[in-house]
Amino acid sequence: MSSKATARPPSVLLLATVFLVIWLIMAAFPFLWTLWGSLKVEGDFFSKADWMNSLRGTLTIVETGGSFTGDGYYGAWVQEEFWRAALNTIIVCIFVVTISLTCGTLGGYALARSGFRYAFWFLFFALIFRAMPPITLVSGYLLPFFEWNLWGHLSTTIIVLVAINQPFTLWMLHSFFKNIPQDLDESAMVDGCTRFQAFRHVIIPVMWPGVITTGLFSFLLAYNDFAVSAMLLSKENQTMVPKLASFLGTTQTKGNVMFAVAAVVSVTAPLFVMIVFFQRQIVSGLTAGAVKG
Amino acid sequence: MKHSAFFWFVLPSAVLMLLFIALPIVSVVTQSMYAAHEQVVVTVESCGPFGCTESTAVDQEATQALQDEEPLGRFVGSEIYTDRNHLAVGEIGTAWVNADGLPDFGRALMNLPFYNALAFTLAYTFIVTPLTIIAGFLIAIAVNSVAKALKGPTIFFSLLPMIVTPLVGALILFWMVDARGVLGTALQWLADDPSLSVKADTTLMWIMLMVYGVWSSAPFAFVVFYAGLQTVNQDTMEAAVIDGASRVERIRYVVIPHLMPLTTFVALIQLMDNFRVFEPIVSFQAQAHAFSLSYAIFNDLQGETRLLSSAAATSVLTIIGVAILLSPVLVRTYRDFSPRT
Amino acid sequence: MKMMRTALLGTAMAVLSGTSALAAGHGCDVTEGRINIVGNEFPAIQSVAAAALSCANGIDAESNLTADHQTINLPGMQGNPAEYTSAIVANSSIVALINEDVIRPLDDLVAMYGQDIPARQLITIDGKVMAVAFMANAQHLVYRKDVLEQIGMDVPTSYEEVLAAAEKIRAEGIMENPVGGAYAAGWNLAEEFVNMYLGAGGAFFEPGTANVSINNEQGILALETMKALTEYMNPDYLTHDSNATSAEWEAGNVALMNMWGSRTGVLMDDEGSEMAVYSNTVAGGPLTVGDSGVAASTLWWDGWTVAKNISDAEAAATFQALAHATSPALLNDETMSQAVWLMDGYEPAPVNEGVLATVAAGANPYPMLPFMGLLHSALGDNLADYLQGNESAEQALADVEAAYTTAAKEQGYLQ
Repeated sequence: MSSKATARPPSVLLLATVFLVIWLIMAAFPFLWTLWGSLKVEGDFFSKADWMNSLRGTLTIVETGGSFTGDGYYGAWVQEEFWRAALNTIIVCIFVVTISLTCGTLGGYALARSGFRYAFWFLFFALIFRAMPPITLVSGYLLPFFEWNLWGHLSTTIIVLVAINQPFTLWMLHSFFKNIPQDLDESAMVDGCTRFQAFRHVIIPVMWPGVITTGLFSFLLAYNDFAVSAMLLSKENQTMVPKLASFLGTTQTKGNVMFAVAAVVSVTAPLFVMIVFFQRQIVSGLTAGAVKG
Repeated sequence: MKHSAFFWFVLPSAVLMLLFIALPIVSVVTQSMYAAHEQVVVTVESCGPFGCTESTAVDQEATQALQDEEPLGRFVGSEIYTDRNHLAVGEIGTAWVNADGLPDFGRALMNLPFYNALAFTLAYTFIVTPLTIIAGFLIAIAVNSVAKALKGPTIFFSLLPMIVTPLVGALILFWMVDARGVLGTALQWLADDPSLSVKADTTLMWIMLMVYGVWSSAPFAFVVFYAGLQTVNQDTMEAAVIDGASRVERIRYVVIPHLMPLTTFVALIQLMDNFRVFEPIVSFQAQAHAFSLSYAIFNDLQGETRLLSSAAATSVLTIIGVAILLSPVLVRTYRDFSPRT
Repeated sequence: MKMMRTALLGTAMAVLSGTSALAAGHGCDVTEGRINIVGNEFPAIQSVAAAALSCANGIDAESNLTADHQTINLPGMQGNPAEYTSAIVANSSIVALINEDVIRPLDDLVAMYGQDIPARQLITIDGKVMAVAFMANAQHLVYRKDVLEQIGMDVPTSYEEVLAAAEKIRAEGIMENPVGGAYAAGWNLAEEFVNMYLGAGGAFFEPGTANVSINNEQGILALETMKALTEYMNPDYLTHDSNATSAEWEAGNVALMNMWGSRTGVLMDDEGSEMAVYSNTVAGGPLTVGDSGVAASTLWWDGWTVAKNISDAEAAATFQALAHATSPALLNDETMSQAVWLMDGYEPAPVNEGVLATVAAGANPYPMLPFMGLLHSALGDNLADYLQGNESAEQALADVEAAYTTAAKEQGYLQ
């Protein structure tokens, strides 16, 4: 990175820094504001009287005696047992990412290596499938799932999330595999490997950067999904986001809104730890040239 | 690659997509061509805590008989596609004949729910997509120049808009842009207009939805471009420097061509996602000001009586819309697939 | 000695039976079948579901109380056997279940297990009991006593008086936007129109048919009154649902509003607002509009149903548990204030007076018609254009009629 080509004059560096700082503020401000507000009572955080209340904590002091309160967190984690939802989310994420990537790497590799027209049509239909609005899909699932007793289970939701995300995964990994030179696996096959052996011994070791990037998107999809999991999971199997939405509800019960705000912070915090912890893997995963059109 | 090898490699993906996406699409297309049976309605007396009233109810036995005859409902072909709540062929014809000049015809057109939704959807798609790509590109360039130690946190904060659940992200932003919220107050101060309210004005609401759209999907473009930037050929870069290319020229002639294929990919995904814009409208309660195709589907499915055929027809129209939007990209990909063995 | 032993045994038996009665808790004990309840998630329904589930003794008993209940309940009852043995519904949402024929008439179960249920709780359609109601709800005026005293006006009884009072409050500089209301485009806005149109003396359909007729004098009066009210509302009114409207009230920005009775409890407690606001909040009666003399409000009930596609044992279990959960046994200090309960032994608190006044004023129940939901959706989608000044009242009402007619044709109610 310190090569001559990337050395920058101070004016460019200044411009880039200013732009980046503005962007970081825009990106982080709502979250930091939420983090701050999650320690207040609802009347302050969603103050209709004066937005300065959320800084001063006027009602927080009146209602709890201190300028900060952990009531939101207590309510969400202890009273409403948010940890159950957190466990479910972990299960869903692990399985969605693993299954998505397994199917996706196999399919994406085949699509990148096959020169036949049908590979194009396969990708084409995958894309058209992705155009289907998820709400229509989910409302179509409800009746058969109820009839066949599949509704409410984590496994059903995992498979549905994998399937809905499969077109995206395939496109992304297909573009990635196209970047890996054909000679690699073809020379392995000349040496007597089957297609699958070539894939296993030659392609798998070099594919991680692309897989990590694709996996990041699969993970975020599973982690953040609301439309599918809210409709397909029963109460005890709820993941974090639908659980959080149920704190909001149609008729907001007092205090519950702050459970949701505390939950948002709780949902985002682990990701921070994860990204900071895995930053080398993520950055190097990206560095090694993840995606190409 | 041999046909059989290809078959086994794509089998898991294909089965999943067939079962959970292709089959539902077939049933949706079928559904959109059938309407519910004629309901046999009878007058009955209904009583409850507030006394008795004359009302009407569906005669179950008579309706059941009709249902057994044709379990799918009445076949109506394209009738649902052409009715007023969708393509409104008849209404457009009448409006064209009666219209007093083009602006008047435009008003009549915008009064029809489908065209109203289409107008917002297209405006949103064509404004948000390029802005997202530009923003993502600039952020990637900027993050790329950050010192190594700061990269992790910078990437995390740049990803935040994508990570924070849209559901609550929008709820908090919705409060922040309220006339009494922190951003709303800031806007009033900037515009020097104490009565300014984003939520009360259609134009401002559109701008807010689009800003939110760019804000929440820029991180996606950022990640993809950032990955691409790492693979820019350093030799080419050095050569460009030796040739005396300025920084802007280097970006223009080396970086951008290198990232072009990625831009196609991002554009493809973003066009599609933006065409299905839905969540921001719900979260910002913007349905009075902005109506999209996906919101129309949601609306049909959410009412006390679900309009399944209507929602199915709008879904099919959405798919067709996406296919038309993406056709240039698809034609390009098709050319890349030159037959070879 | 022998006598002694018998006596001891007797005591032991009594103790034993005493504990088992205690285990059943409150005189309900269902040992056969299955219970699974789907419904909305507000506190009153939570209490009912919890009471019903506590009756289960060794059988499967679950509930799924969620904001998405309306999307889930129909498919969840269409299967055979149905996933849900009971859905908790309101008078607007029961018709969707009746239309699809997924709930069973309850006459036989009422005869067997429900003799104690008062007749007023039974919802009958064409002579058949289809649901058992347990709570009532309605919208009515909520006002700030101190503000009305300050401007020296009586409590308004009509929307015309509300407008006069609002003008005075604004003129005296007490509040900028003194009127509140859940006018969020969509369901809420449509509900306000339904109230206003019935209050203006209108009828939605030609009698006995599904032909809509709202583009008339009453329809225009209703819309014009709504528009006049919005002049005194926060300019963001089209995004304010009842949550946001309540928040405005608690912030002390509003002095007069038409609000759900079920929401007044939180407005009058000491959480979330200053004392000047909550101590002066009073629930009034329903308002009128024009000179029809009909209250511009609709009466709502919430009640439970029993699924059709389940075994008799499951139906009996569900019926017994829910009948118990909506009997006087439910009422205690905690649940008493959660709703306007319909069962005997309910003692209204001041927060509930608005709903009772609305019932007493003879307001119309929300129409329980198979096609009312279609009209409600059409209203919610098309009225905002008029309130924003984009089109005339006649045009807006014509749009509603056209949208409704198209939907009703698709559903088979119109040819």
